[in-house]
Amino acid sequence: MSTEGLELTPLYDVHIKYGGKMVDFGGWALPVQFSGIIEEHQAVRNQAGLFDVSHMGEIEVTGKKAFDFVQYLVTNNVGRLVDGQVLYTLMCKPDGGIVDDLLVYRLAEDRYLLVVNAANTAKDWEWINSVARDFDDVTIKNISKEIAQIAIQGPKAQQILQRCTGEDLNEIAFFYARENFPVGKFRALVSRTGYTGEDGFEIYCQRDDAVDIFELLLDAGQEDGLVLAGLGARDTLRFEACLPLYGNELSEDVNPLEAGLSFFVKLKKGDFVGREAIQKAKDEGLKKRLVGFEMLDRGIARTHYPILVDGKEIGFVTSGSFSPTLGKNIGLGFVASEYAEIGVNIDIGIRNRAIKAQVIPIPFYKREVK
Amino acid sequence: MYPKELKYSKDHEWIRVEGNKGVIGITHYAQHQLGDIVFVELPEVGDEFAVNDSFGVVESVKSVSDLYIPVSGVVTKINEDLIDSPELINEDPYGNGWIVEVELTDSSELDQLLDAGAYEASLD
Repeated sequence: MSTEGLELTPLYDVHIKYGGKMVDFGGWALPVQFSGIIEEHQAVRNQAGLFDVSHMGEIEVTGKKAFDFVQYLVTNNVGRLVDGQVLYTLMCKPDGGIVDDLLVYRLAEDRYLLVVNAANTAKDWEWINSVARDFDDVTIKNISKEIAQIAIQGPKAQQILQRCTGEDLNEIAFFYARENFPVGKFRALVSRTGYTGEDGFEIYCQRDDAVDIFELLLDAGQEDGLVLAGLGARDTLRFEACLPLYGNELSEDVNPLEAGLSFFVKLKKGDFVGREAIQKAKDEGLKKRLVGFEMLDRGIARTHYPILVDGKEIGFVTSGSFSPTLGKNIGLGFVASEYAEIGVNIDIGIRNRAIKAQVIPIPFYKREVK
Repeated sequence: MYPKELKYSKDHEWIRVEGNKGVIGITHYAQHQLGDIVFVELPEVGDEFAVNDSFGVVESVKSVSDLYIPVSGVVTKINEDLIDSPELINEDPYGNGWIVEVELTDSSELDQLLDAGAYEASLD
């Protein structure tokens, strides 16, 4: 593949060396797969997988008013965070449409790290700056180019990473992180988070350290069956766990409640961008809702396929796939609220035919917590 | 990777001709490019297709691709094993991963297809 005009992560050569099948992913040259999506997917569910997610955007917010600003920018309650804690949240437009979903790291009282979607980094940067205009004493810095991100995910992730550090990983709880954490001879921000539905870590390191840390982890994971995993498996893994993907489940035409993310919207925390509109949508009743469904007849639902009831279009598919873990064809999609009930029979319009499906509970996959 | 006795189309289908019948599948290159195949939509026996018509669909985890018939013909057999085991196409594209058998309408169309060497040369 020609990489002309594409952004390269510091791990590009490593992907080529290990046979990664490179694709253009929103302007980034990234591996969609190595050994095969299903094999990589199963390895992450059963052992562990190693992902390059350096394309993600990192924005640092510092200053005396950093907390006030971030609390106003996002929908979830940043006020409940302690140093080193991580929060999943949305940020919305005044009309409640989702600008992006992101992680907020409270690194210190006056220092936050926002991790945003790669494809949205430029848009988010502009949006965040426009919201920040009303705040004095806030400094915003886009550090995406300096930071690489490596994710190690799966039930064996901890024991593999533990071989590379003298510090005890048990001290990092789920959705917590530690700065300047030793990994080999390097220091990185190590975060117990991920996008696969498994236990695991995301390691934010200096761009120049990425290759060495990646190879170190790969070596350390040999005996536990650690595999290189690409964007294909990352998508099927997050899909089974029903972690939303911006551009599929989330967009500026969707509010967080419609997307089933009310847990991440704290309407009583004080004012934030979009609060009024989201409150109003809630009071008036949601028009559409995200549901999960299982195909009853043969067929795979794909993004944008229509969802039908009695031949009438009542929604659309946001993500659909064969589920490697469940061995079934399943999907997520928006339907008019009256159809958003478990057990409702729907059809998916696949190549101009109505193929039977049924609304089922989500998430499709939830790991067993020991 | 590209058996000599087969004919190939630029759309990455192969055909094995025996008398007035031909067995059709997709090439090693195609299955490799697609990745794990998880769904196949087959035509029905008796369906008639003109050359380059779409006669079915293969779906991998990430993609949906039409199958284009390399010659005109009437479907005489379909590989029903693919319904439950679409991965046969990945595992054995020229054997158990065959897709349909057709009765040729116009065997002169075979002259338009590539031999193994020409097909392989057309890749990348």
